[in-house]
Amino acid sequence: MTEVYRDLRARADELWTDLHDPNTVWIRIGTTICGRSINALGVVESFRAELARRGIKSVVSEVGCLGLCYAEPLVDIRSAAVGRVLLGPVHVGMVSEVIDSVIVNGNTNLSSVIGSFDKSLDGVPMMSEVPGWGNQHRIALRNVGQIDPGDSLQYIANEGYAALDAALSAKTPAEVLAEVRASGLRGRGGAFFNTGTKWGFLVPSPDPEKYILCNCEEGDPGAYNDKGILEGDPNTVIEGLTLAGFATGASNGIIFIRHGHKGPINRTKEAIRQAYDLGLIGEHILGTDYSFDIEVSLVGESYVSGEETALMEAVEGKAARPRSRPPFPAAVGVWGKPSNINNVKTLSYVPEIVRLGGEWFSNIGVNLSKGTAILCLSGHINRRGMYEVDLGMTLQEVMDEIGGGVPSGRKIKMLQTGGPLGGLLSASKMDTVLDFEAMRAAGAILGSGGIIYGDDTVCAVDLTRLLIAFCQFESCGKCFPCRLGMTHLLDMIERIRGGKGQQEDLELMRRYGESMQAGSLCGHGQLGFNPVQSAFRDFMDDFLVHINEGRCPTGSCSQYAANPMRTRPGPEATAFITDPYLRT
Amino acid sequence: MGLSREECDDINNEVNSQTFDLREVTRGLLEEHRNDAPRTTVLSCLLAVQEQLGYIPEEAISEVGKHTGHSINDVWGVASFYTNFRFTPPPKHIVEVCWGPTCHLLGAMDVLVAIQTKLGLTGEGDLPDGSIGLKYNTCLGACSQGPVISVDERITGAMSAEAALAVIDITLNSSVE
Repeated sequence: MTEVYRDLRARADELWTDLHDPNTVWIRIGTTICGRSINALGVVESFRAELARRGIKSVVSEVGCLGLCYAEPLVDIRSAAVGRVLLGPVHVGMVSEVIDSVIVNGNTNLSSVIGSFDKSLDGVPMMSEVPGWGNQHRIALRNVGQIDPGDSLQYIANEGYAALDAALSAKTPAEVLAEVRASGLRGRGGAFFNTGTKWGFLVPSPDPEKYILCNCEEGDPGAYNDKGILEGDPNTVIEGLTLAGFATGASNGIIFIRHGHKGPINRTKEAIRQAYDLGLIGEHILGTDYSFDIEVSLVGESYVSGEETALMEAVEGKAARPRSRPPFPAAVGVWGKPSNINNVKTLSYVPEIVRLGGEWFSNIGVNLSKGTAILCLSGHINRRGMYEVDLGMTLQEVMDEIGGGVPSGRKIKMLQTGGPLGGLLSASKMDTVLDFEAMRAAGAILGSGGIIYGDDTVCAVDLTRLLIAFCQFESCGKCFPCRLGMTHLLDMIERIRGGKGQQEDLELMRRYGESMQAGSLCGHGQLGFNPVQSAFRDFMDDFLVHINEGRCPTGSCSQYAANPMRTRPGPEATAFITDPYLRT
Repeated sequence: MGLSREECDDINNEVNSQTFDLREVTRGLLEEHRNDAPRTTVLSCLLAVQEQLGYIPEEAISEVGKHTGHSINDVWGVASFYTNFRFTPPPKHIVEVCWGPTCHLLGAMDVLVAIQTKLGLTGEGDLPDGSIGLKYNTCLGACSQGPVISVDERITGAMSAEAALAVIDITLNSSVE
């Protein structure tokens, strides 16, 4: 253990003990994007005002989302009398009652009480028995919602930076890389490429300036786990990134976030600032010889900028269009320097892997898919939220045991997994396990972990049109098979949706799909036909009803369709140009 | 096309004299941005300008070019690529409606149609009086609380058509004061 770290740890432990002082009440309220959208900040204000008015000694922290988004705003109260209990939803009007009952009287018989973390209380289930919480295995999310992400010392008090300290003081970069290799960790951005192998590509390069990029572009609708981790526990990503830098001999880290997501951006910037102050990144980390710098890079709205080569273009400040490979990023990456790109989720596993050993991690999961899956459940599902479960669980178990089934007694019809390019999966394939290869064999992808549930009121044609409209809108335009193919696919599926489609359209769409797959540089064009292909495979009946009978089987196709189809830039955008240089 | 370099410069100077202020403002912004960012690029400059002004004025395109050593065409290429940039002054309030798959399944189209009907719009766009503008968003990031809309970057979840109209009413009324 380095001296710097020993001192930090002592400071952190003292702070942690203070927070657990029997005379203090510690209240943690989830205020990430999901919580804020239903006024969690108002709840924070009410708690602060009400506790101050009554003169109760307390700390109210804004923390990440525990993942039980269906019960937000979530309020986590720790006091000497009741131990640590979780309540939700707690709206502004309920704050006074909660304080009276739980904090003043120690009475936990409230309908909003979800469970108790530590103390056995009358009529309150233990959190380990609460469905959707107890059957999770939180590794990457271990601190999300548990600590104040604005205070790096709280992270340190929970074994934070212990792995970095151990690596820098007692291990060689090769040993750290070996641990990651042994863990079998695979990239969670969607491709599931072996992380140790990927890092290995960067090691041999002798260039003193090497980059590790952390990708939090996360444009996938239905996935919010990257932002959830960065906003709830930015330090685990910073530590993972620094460990990746150490293992590969890199000099710089860049965390790449879509602009406008102020929560994750501000939390990350603040955590980086604190890490510099505490000597955890920068020159001579923890007093050793290793130096590593981290910065945040923002990107405009563009889905394709999440692709690794397009991302490098965006970091350099250009339009996010993919580059052709080779050369691969490990040879020529951002600013022409050797680079390595990892997803937020991938990096957030690294500290625990280095601390507990690769073998520990490799025993979790199934087949070649090691570790856990961080899932975002949304749509027609009872317990919408962000969960971390062992890989190897079946989709049925995820829906029933984690998600709590489909609301209002309806039947599940389809799953939309892994982002818009993942396409649709029929409910008849719910015995598929969460495993990269198994999901692919079933015709879906695990992707970034988003699962959107659709019940039997949803028409596959309507949803497919939406996914194609998204892909068309987001095509960067570099490769014409994608640019034109998406536009044609959208035209045709809109025709079918409007009841004017013909049998031949189906074959024509297949042919477009093949060209797009063969002729596009990046996954957007290569997988862009996937929504249609998967819908053809599992929901051909819906298409045939539209084509043969000219009607929609569920009626959802009669609703208005948002259609942001436009070329970039739109005519209104260029109309203002008066500069003669631009006119030419 | 067809203009000589001198003619271009003449026109440019004429334009510059009319819009001196915005040019100065942009310059100041870019200086500030250079001070607090470790590395400035065309994209980071454009984001900084839009963050402050709410849009990219024409002057900013050439100023960013000068600042970063790129041609106007390069800068314009970046600015026109990302869909978040706008090139006309923003309305007082901007409403964004998410049309991602989750929100769509949970009724985003009803919300969208209600807002469009109320504002008298058929697609995206600003009201002529500059009071409010409507924008589509592919994902606002709060899928678990869908359908989601955002008003001036404040996200509100669990929307219905009625709730959205109430939010718009409050927004429009708040600007009267």
